[in-house]
Amino acid sequence: MAKNMGRILVCPPDYFGIEYEINPWMRVSDATDSDKSKAQWHNLARVLEEEVGAKLERMTPIKGLPDLVFTANAGVLHDGKAVISRFRHPERQGEEEHFERWFKEHGYQVILMDKDCYFEGAGDLLGFPDTWFGGYRQRSDIKAYPMLSEIYGKEILPLELATGQFYHLDTCFCPLSGGELMYYPAAFDTYAQTTIAHRVEEHRRIVVPQAEAERFACNSVCVGKHVVLPAGCPETMAMLQDRGYTPHPVNLDQFLKSGGSAKCLTLALD
Amino acid sequence: MATETVTLEGHIIDSLILAKVLDTILQMGGIFDMSEMKVGATREDPSLTKIKVQADSPQLLEEILQAIQPHGAVVEKVENCTLEPAPQNGVLPDAFYATSHLATQVRINDQWIDVEHIEMDLAIRVTLDPPSACTVPMAEVRTGEMIITGRNGVRVFPLERPKERDVFAFMEAQVSSERPHQHIITDVAKRMRMIRDNRQKALTQGQSACDPELGTKVLIVGGPAIVHAGGRDALSWLIDEGFIHVLFCGNALAAHDMEASVYGTSLGYGLCAGRTVPHGHEHHLRTINKVRAAGSIKNAVESGLIKDGIMASCIHQNVDMVLAGSIRDDGPLPDVITDSVKAQAAMRKELPGVGLALMVATTLHAIATGNCLPAKVPTVCVDINPAVPTKLSDRGSFQAIGLVMDSSSFLKQLAQELSWHG
Repeated sequence: MAKNMGRILVCPPDYFGIEYEINPWMRVSDATDSDKSKAQWHNLARVLEEEVGAKLERMTPIKGLPDLVFTANAGVLHDGKAVISRFRHPERQGEEEHFERWFKEHGYQVILMDKDCYFEGAGDLLGFPDTWFGGYRQRSDIKAYPMLSEIYGKEILPLELATGQFYHLDTCFCPLSGGELMYYPAAFDTYAQTTIAHRVEEHRRIVVPQAEAERFACNSVCVGKHVVLPAGCPETMAMLQDRGYTPHPVNLDQFLKSGGSAKCLTLALD
Repeated sequence: MATETVTLEGHIIDSLILAKVLDTILQMGGIFDMSEMKVGATREDPSLTKIKVQADSPQLLEEILQAIQPHGAVVEKVENCTLEPAPQNGVLPDAFYATSHLATQVRINDQWIDVEHIEMDLAIRVTLDPPSACTVPMAEVRTGEMIITGRNGVRVFPLERPKERDVFAFMEAQVSSERPHQHIITDVAKRMRMIRDNRQKALTQGQSACDPELGTKVLIVGGPAIVHAGGRDALSWLIDEGFIHVLFCGNALAAHDMEASVYGTSLGYGLCAGRTVPHGHEHHLRTINKVRAAGSIKNAVESGLIKDGIMASCIHQNVDMVLAGSIRDDGPLPDVITDSVKAQAAMRKELPGVGLALMVATTLHAIATGNCLPAKVPTVCVDINPAVPTKLSDRGSFQAIGLVMDSSSFLKQLAQELSWHG
């Protein structure tokens, strides 16, 4: 939950591919191109390191865990405490022990959730310094949030994700470092839309158009005034520029086939 | 009404999760009652609420619970009730659960089941397949029947004020001869009209057409002072007009009512002249003897021996009568049940459907009936002795109203409210 994304955890896509279908984007028949995905990932890493100035920490990829590349789902980090994800789908549950080990080895206090409480890390828990927001209904259970709120002493407002297409909060909701929120309202139910409108003033809300939301414009990485976002989102880029941000478009279409983009491929470390 | 309590916690207010859960309950046709609400003092503090969810059927309740659980509503964990077999006929397991007169549910196979025929101071007998629960008097239990023991998995519902905004909804448990009576009698009359209409609906259009909460029967529990004091004509009229459907009394009310029909006296006093007549004290004995000869009150009425009065009206109107005997009853009349266990069983049998109980000028029968009635049945107790209505009110039901007044005056005013011109 760091606003300073100086250090970012990533996992190279050595074993990335579509081996199962656990969201509406994934089609085993629509295979990814291994060379292309590696090239796209390395380009993202280059942009983050060279253009944005972030420091990347690289996890070791594991054969048989194609989605380990999406480190946003490792868990949630704040104040040196790491709460490890509990994946809803058995296909990804094998990732948990690797994330747990990495955090332990890197000095974090590791906290494990109850086994029957699904929670998919920074994919579903995002926010501003004072208020965090938790996506639920698709992947994470709402009951995770009172526990996380107690662990971190933060207010966490649960938001219902209304469609399977935007199955994690970070696919449709992106808080920016200046207090703005880039989001796609139709991904939320009406109560969640009202909650967002109450908490984020209108002039701070950047509404992403449908076509670009479906290209995962909201799945962006914000480091200071830099925003790394998927290529092909000109309206979003223009809105970001209007507000003083520098957009960095990156082609990540191989990862979109799996239902992920720039944000899913990163985890801010604090 | 099926009920389940859920808890909801976290940042549920600003996130509108609480609003969403409550809206969902209402939109699906349920109702809710927030029994507890703890609002976080700061933004970081979580809030917590307990919500009682109610629905018309267990199926609808289950659908509502399934719809609100994904939003964090957690059904409170409740244990099933514990059961033990009755060790022998007429003997309950040591730790049997003793009932109150309030609506009660028990948890069997993780489902809340209504206890049928709720009545105070009984046990609860359970069958598992299909799950059912019913009160059972100690004397009626049979070896091996499953009886609830302890308090796990039993919940009792506080009395809800009745829908009607009449005197029954606002009574306090005060009994005083110095309070005005007329407005109470007006409301009693109004309720009797409603019950008569409701009964008519049930009879002509079937049970489903009537309001089960309102009831389809008016019960009167009467003592012989009704006859002595001159309330006989008014009560007969109420019966003739179809306002009374069940009568509980002892030997005396029936005996003196029929004495009045045969001899024009009540315990020897001429009802018109108001003075004793020669050998009048024998009249009730001779009346009882004649009715015994006839074989039953019904025979006595149908043969023309008994021509008018309360008993005649009851027979003509098919009012269900339970005559319960006491020590040293004269006769008794052939209809009197002298085995008190059988008498209470006969009374119990007539109680389902009772929507109003009038207890007039009787102590023992009023208390006995009061103990058999669920708390929700509006009850009016009329006696010139304040001790009787006080004892009834002390049962803890705010729908029990005491009137300290003469029984005859009460019945006459009541009948007049219902357009009697006698």
